[in-house]
Amino acid sequence: MSTATKPKYKVIGTRPIRHDGADKATGRAKYGADIKLTGMLYAAMLRSPHAHAIIKSIDTSKAEKLPGVRAVVTGADLPEQGDRIVELGEGAVNMRHLSSNVLARGKVNYKGHAIAAVAADNIHIAEEACKLIEVQYEVLAPVMDVVEAMQPTSPVINSDVKDDSGKPTNVAKTYLFEKGDLAKGFAEADLVIEKEFRTATVHQGYIEPHNATVFWNADGKVTVWMSTQGTFTARQQTAELHRIPISDVKVVPMEIGGGFGGKISVYLPPVAAALSKKTGKPVKLVMDRAAVFEATGPTPGSSMKVKIGVKKDGTLVAGDAWVAFEAGGYPGSPVGMGCMCVFACYDIPNARVQGFDVCVNRPRTNAYRAPGSTQVAFAVETIVDELCEKLGIDPIEFRLKNGAQEGVRRVDGPVFPRIGMKETVQAIKDSPHWKTPLTGKHRGRGVATGFWFNCGLKSAASATVNPDGTVSLLEGSTDIGGSRASISMQLAETLGIRAEDVKPSVVDTDSVGYTDVTGGSRVTFATGIAAIEAAKDIIGQLKERAAIIWECEAAQVKYEDGSVIGPKGKKLTFKELADKLHHTGGAVIGRGTSSEATQGGAFGTHAVDVEVDMDTGKVSILRYTIAQDAGTAIHPSYVEGQFTGGVVQGIGWALNEEYWYDASGSMKNATYLDYRIPTCYDVPTVETIIVEVPDPQHPYGVRGVGEVPIVPPPAAIANAIYNATGVRMADLPMSPPRLMKAILSK
Amino acid sequence: MRDFEYEAPTSLGAALAVLAKGNARALAGGTDLIDQVRLGRHSPDVIVDVKKLPELNGIQHDTSGLRLGAAVPLYKVYGHCGICSDYSALADSARIIGGIQIQSRASIGGNICNAGPAADSTPSVIALGGVCVIAGPNGTREVPAEAFCVGPGKSVLQAGEILVEIKFPARVAHSGSHYRRFIPRNEMDIAVVGVGASVVLADCRQKFVSARLALGAVGPTPILAQAAGDSLAGQPVNEVTIAKAGELARSVAKPIDDMRGTAEYRLHLVGVLTQRVLNAAVARARGEKIDNVPGH
Ligand SMILES: Cc1cc2nc3c(=O)[nH]c(=O)nc-3n(C[C@H](O)[C@H](O)[C@H](O)COP(=O)(O)OP(=O)(O)OC[C@H]3O[C@@H](n4cnc5c(N)ncnc54)[C@H](O)[C@@H]3O)c2cc1C
Repeated sequence: MSTATKPKYKVIGTRPIRHDGADKATGRAKYGADIKLTGMLYAAMLRSPHAHAIIKSIDTSKAEKLPGVRAVVTGADLPEQGDRIVELGEGAVNMRHLSSNVLARGKVNYKGHAIAAVAADNIHIAEEACKLIEVQYEVLAPVMDVVEAMQPTSPVINSDVKDDSGKPTNVAKTYLFEKGDLAKGFAEADLVIEKEFRTATVHQGYIEPHNATVFWNADGKVTVWMSTQGTFTARQQTAELHRIPISDVKVVPMEIGGGFGGKISVYLPPVAAALSKKTGKPVKLVMDRAAVFEATGPTPGSSMKVKIGVKKDGTLVAGDAWVAFEAGGYPGSPVGMGCMCVFACYDIPNARVQGFDVCVNRPRTNAYRAPGSTQVAFAVETIVDELCEKLGIDPIEFRLKNGAQEGVRRVDGPVFPRIGMKETVQAIKDSPHWKTPLTGKHRGRGVATGFWFNCGLKSAASATVNPDGTVSLLEGSTDIGGSRASISMQLAETLGIRAEDVKPSVVDTDSVGYTDVTGGSRVTFATGIAAIEAAKDIIGQLKERAAIIWECEAAQVKYEDGSVIGPKGKKLTFKELADKLHHTGGAVIGRGTSSEATQGGAFGTHAVDVEVDMDTGKVSILRYTIAQDAGTAIHPSYVEGQFTGGVVQGIGWALNEEYWYDASGSMKNATYLDYRIPTCYDVPTVETIIVEVPDPQHPYGVRGVGEVPIVPPPAAIANAIYNATGVRMADLPMSPPRLMKAILSK
Repeated sequence: MRDFEYEAPTSLGAALAVLAKGNARALAGGTDLIDQVRLGRHSPDVIVDVKKLPELNGIQHDTSGLRLGAAVPLYKVYGHCGICSDYSALADSARIIGGIQIQSRASIGGNICNAGPAADSTPSVIALGGVCVIAGPNGTREVPAEAFCVGPGKSVLQAGEILVEIKFPARVAHSGSHYRRFIPRNEMDIAVVGVGASVVLADCRQKFVSARLALGAVGPTPILAQAAGDSLAGQPVNEVTIAKAGELARSVAKPIDDMRGTAEYRLHLVGVLTQRVLNAAVARARGEKIDNVPGH
């Protein structure tokens, strides 16, 4: 459902069949695991059985002697990194930590930590050989809990992570944001609620495991075929980890079976590269599911303390948040971003946010859809619900009164440009869902709002006009959510041609200009701008070609509605002119980049109805509606797809998903049987409302839509559970055992 | 994964001969076994496909009862009218094990022989009074279903033995049965607790003549809750007697804390599910249709 359709567009806002649709629907699309090269070797990895241990020795000699084994590598086969900090497109990274995460050096920081890899003639030999590698460990006490890890008495995981006084610590980084006068703000409040919250470690749950096939050629040139959210950062990470020039590495993107932020850091390419270098053969490495859970980058579990004050009339006056995130085995959780998001939905005059990035013996966490925002929204949005209840104020009216809007300053500094927070709240208020009373026993309704920044960063594209009037588009954004279609549509709109007449290809790092990751909800925005720029470049060149044909000045030629128009009513359609390019100077190739544009931010408001089985604590989602500001929906189906996907993942966080560790720090549910992402039986059809408040920073008003839909669900569901049962949940997931316990102890 | 030989004998004698060679494992649907071999939990030298053995692949239902071949796929179990009407709990189990692909291959025999504490068919087989017919190098023997499993992944089967079929007594008048499990999701999940029950009512249909209850996922093996079932004999059908049976069922459950639920929560569920399952079995004994949302 679209709130405001934009009749001025011909292509934007329509729903053409996606360009990669046939390949995906028929199973022809090629994924990383489909790669087969002549002479290719298969690799397997040995992973740590311990959560925290010193590696005293590694003996690979027996493995090397097994017939069929071609090479074995360990951390010693990767070059030393020293204390280098390198900018990798998605933030600065300590290279020693990155290298140690890829292949452990002297110490393992979580169960599943990679220790060695074997390349062999087939995968079975490689796996058998891994069992022959002898590792001696000195097992250390695991540090699993974020709050315990912060205590001065806690064992320290990384000796090179130090506090200001130079003492080793697990608290790798602290953040502090302040605004207004906190004490004065709370003094003005008539009602203050303060609560503590916990959220679990949660995995992105993409279906396709990580994979990489690497060939290190005799000339030192390295080719990587892989599933990745960013070919250019994968290229840079692989090159930096081997300390070779980036131009020696070419990354070829395969189709990607989901990433959600988890396929930005590299795990396998540097290892397969080391094996290929040793053997001179292409080497393929694919993770199994347990490795994906135990050794890639889930989202951090958190501990939070949040306090909010309001006046009797519902005016927000003060907010204070203390937020600690599990970084995992090495520093780098998105706690900083969580701190920036925590109060972002509201106009709060006085606020303070403290954040802590804390190492624990869990896998090194990574980005997951609006990283950090879902955790903090759970805390703030459930407190807001309780404040509304105690004051007798409708939660929708509260948000319309206190919601963020243009001109409001976030606690971390930036002032919001034109945003659509209140418009999404209003859209929920006007929705059929909200207007339908909920009846029935043990049923409840909840609402929550969420924010995500969305980023701009860099993209490039080039486009060649074909003689038949079609355009071949080359771009570098690996397509996770239908972005080939949404980028092609922007090119088509600008050129005045059909979306079907654009042939998009996502190409390797040697074939397109630098493009940042598919992440930060940036691709439709920024690679879209690059495509629009490429289209404009084409238009400029077409005017020149028409001028040659018409023997006039290029300045006398206009481009309108897919045609060049010259003096005296002369006119050629795009297609007619395309057919004459070979006689007027050859190919027309347009190029475009995007680098300056930033996004204004995205908001969504969700409403949910639940029913609770009071005897088992099981929650059923009866109805779900999401209203989100998409700026301008280029391809509404894919916008709705992103909305739905985010909501479904958020329902997973809310109800069941969590890493379950035993006392030794071993994850006991590293399978999709026991790590419970929602199935299609667990979610209703999500009702989607696309709100369109165009972002002035994009020519067509696009806002990224991919991330913010995951932010409100846990809070909205917690609020609905309260409405159904009278029980307020402060821990995620709100799984049946946990909710039952809360119901019984009420 | 280690290399293995694959044999597909067509007679029980031939199958027993192959199994006698040692380090061999039977393969029915393979839905447990293949994964276990792949993950290295079993590394047999020979895998013996039992899907081609006539003795293991038939369903015989007559006035003397039911004989279910150990390798019969689940879709044939819940697709059998006689089983659905007279051994409803078994059909309930077969219908919720895996999805359609799994049900086209997986068998009740495999489910029992795998000896998982949370196996979804074992409580039904126990509640319905099933008897396991085992063939081996020393001939044939019979073991009641409640004595078949001896520990997680362990059964009474000795090397070289094979489960041929499961025998069930004929259904008596005014009887009904049901199985349900609690799972956090609504599909693709393993029972946190499973309860199977079969009840026989008196002619008036207001009194229990007898009842059998079996519990899954609350101990190292599926458990026959003998006292809970016995407590109902001769009692009126009402909330009090049914709640008491729930209490008695809880007293034999020995659950643990794990990633699927806490021991405390499982104990609580045993009470809840026992009541729900008994009510449904009673309804069936009275000829009523029950409406069951899987997973609750
Ligand atoms: C996706 C999926 C979902 C599943 N869902 C469920 C579920 O919901 N509930 C549930 O209980 N299980 C479930 N399972 C487990 C499995 O499907 C069942 O246990 C199934 O009934 C096993 O039957 P099978 O015929 O495939 O056994 P197999 O895998 O062939 O055998 C299992 C074991 O029994 C032995 N065996 C088999 N037949 C004989 C015989 N006749 N004599 C002696 N030994 C024998 C085998 O050697 C092996 O050790 C699931 C499995 C998968 C893969």
